[in-house]
Amino acid sequence: MLDSVLVANRGEIARRVLRTARLMGIRAVAVYSDADADLPYVREADEAVHIGPSQPARSYLDAAVLIDAARKTGARSVHPGYGFLAENADFARQVVAAGLTWVGPDPGAIEQMGDKIRARNLMEQAGVPVSPGTREPVTDVNAAVTEAERIGYPVMVKAAGGGGGIGMGAAADEAGLRAAFETARSRAERFFGSPAILLERYVERARHVEVQILGLADGRVLALGERDCSVQRRHQKVAEETPSPGVSAGLRERMLAAAVHAGEAVGYRGAGTVECLVDADTGSFVFLEMNTRLQVEHPVTELVTGIDLVEQQFLIAAGEPPSFDPAAVRPAGHALELRVYAEDPVRFLPGPGTITEWAEPAGDGVRVDAGYQAGNTVTPFYDPLLAKLCVHGADRAQVLDRAREAVAAFRITGPKTNLAFHADLLTSPGFVSGDYDTSLVSKLRPR
Amino acid sequence: MAEVRAEMVANVWKVVAAEGDHVDDGDTLVILESMKMEIPVLAEGAGVITKMHVAEGDVVQEGDLIATIG
Repeated sequence: MLDSVLVANRGEIARRVLRTARLMGIRAVAVYSDADADLPYVREADEAVHIGPSQPARSYLDAAVLIDAARKTGARSVHPGYGFLAENADFARQVVAAGLTWVGPDPGAIEQMGDKIRARNLMEQAGVPVSPGTREPVTDVNAAVTEAERIGYPVMVKAAGGGGGIGMGAAADEAGLRAAFETARSRAERFFGSPAILLERYVERARHVEVQILGLADGRVLALGERDCSVQRRHQKVAEETPSPGVSAGLRERMLAAAVHAGEAVGYRGAGTVECLVDADTGSFVFLEMNTRLQVEHPVTELVTGIDLVEQQFLIAAGEPPSFDPAAVRPAGHALELRVYAEDPVRFLPGPGTITEWAEPAGDGVRVDAGYQAGNTVTPFYDPLLAKLCVHGADRAQVLDRAREAVAAFRITGPKTNLAFHADLLTSPGFVSGDYDTSLVSKLRPR
Repeated sequence: MAEVRAEMVANVWKVVAAEGDHVDDGDTLVILESMKMEIPVLAEGAGVITKMHVAEGDVVQEGDLIATIG
């Protein structure tokens, strides 16, 4: 078993990983930048190391500083959380080269899936459905126009090496494509260091549904159900639920089987997520991308399965079997996660600030994974996630009732928050009916 | 004379317009970055930029002056 870990992250996910480490008797080391010195996760760790200034490039993204922190504190493994270096194959290799255990998949699998074009080609070969798209990187706008004509409009334009919805845009015609291509290319260069662009057919009425997979130490790949992530603003998730109200039993069976194939095709070990688009009109699905890490919204899967996914990550990294019987996984009830962001609830613009009041809701089925508490300052340096308000219940109706109460009871004063948006979401006919797609938020908040 | 102020704490990522430039309503003056999001700051009327109060890399607080348009 692992005896110690350095958690190379911050905020709510660092706190989440530390919690399971403590339950497993693993000594946990936190790292923090100037901006984060007072956050709860720093105090809750067995040891905490200051790793530099607030700018991510000089702290949480600095591989050498992180590995040095592990060496100095005697931490013998590294858990990357999500974001920052979690899907950076070079960092994973450096961790291994330093003689430490990487709590994540093989660096080769990270690399294969990090390049979205390579990932699509590999999935197609493995028999996983993909939408029509480019098989080679596109770096020139005229080549993009030719490809789009072959694929057929509307097309989605994305950074091949990207993620987090950054630079993504849909185009209905050539003029739209030229504009979207320029935006995507400049963002791709700035954020991901590569101008390579991917085009794929845009599905107009789509649900974004993903499958949680777990590659075991013995090589088997399990699928632990799906999560519907169609509630998005700026192509970024705001709320997630499981099971998906838009996925039938037959479709679920096919999606889970495809996700297992996807994991097997890359020899996947550890927790990962296969993201798909489900066509709301036809009920068919295509592979979108694979995230080779723990997902932000993993708690909804934990709530319905009773499985601690971080515990499985630690066990698999140590070469041990999971803590549960893979043949006896029976998801029970319904679960919802609401991302509480430091942003205004109408335009979704960032609203950092100092927290003067912080009171979390409690009650049956309510779980809050929070990164902050009263007295902390939410700074502009990192993503706006303050907390994940998660709710479990016997069925979707009960979950929505509990969630409405919990949102009303959650009190945060200081920074702006999107709690008022969640209150609207939970009473909107589109969301309540379950018959919604990725356009839901823009319908609730027309410009 | 119009004063353009920051709506939130942010870093100044790009200064797009310069002192002396004529701008129209809706033109981008600077691009701020906060919480991994780029936020363009726009002119709210036509005029000439008499003073640009920020430079790339600056940190602005909510309410700080970004540009003065005469």
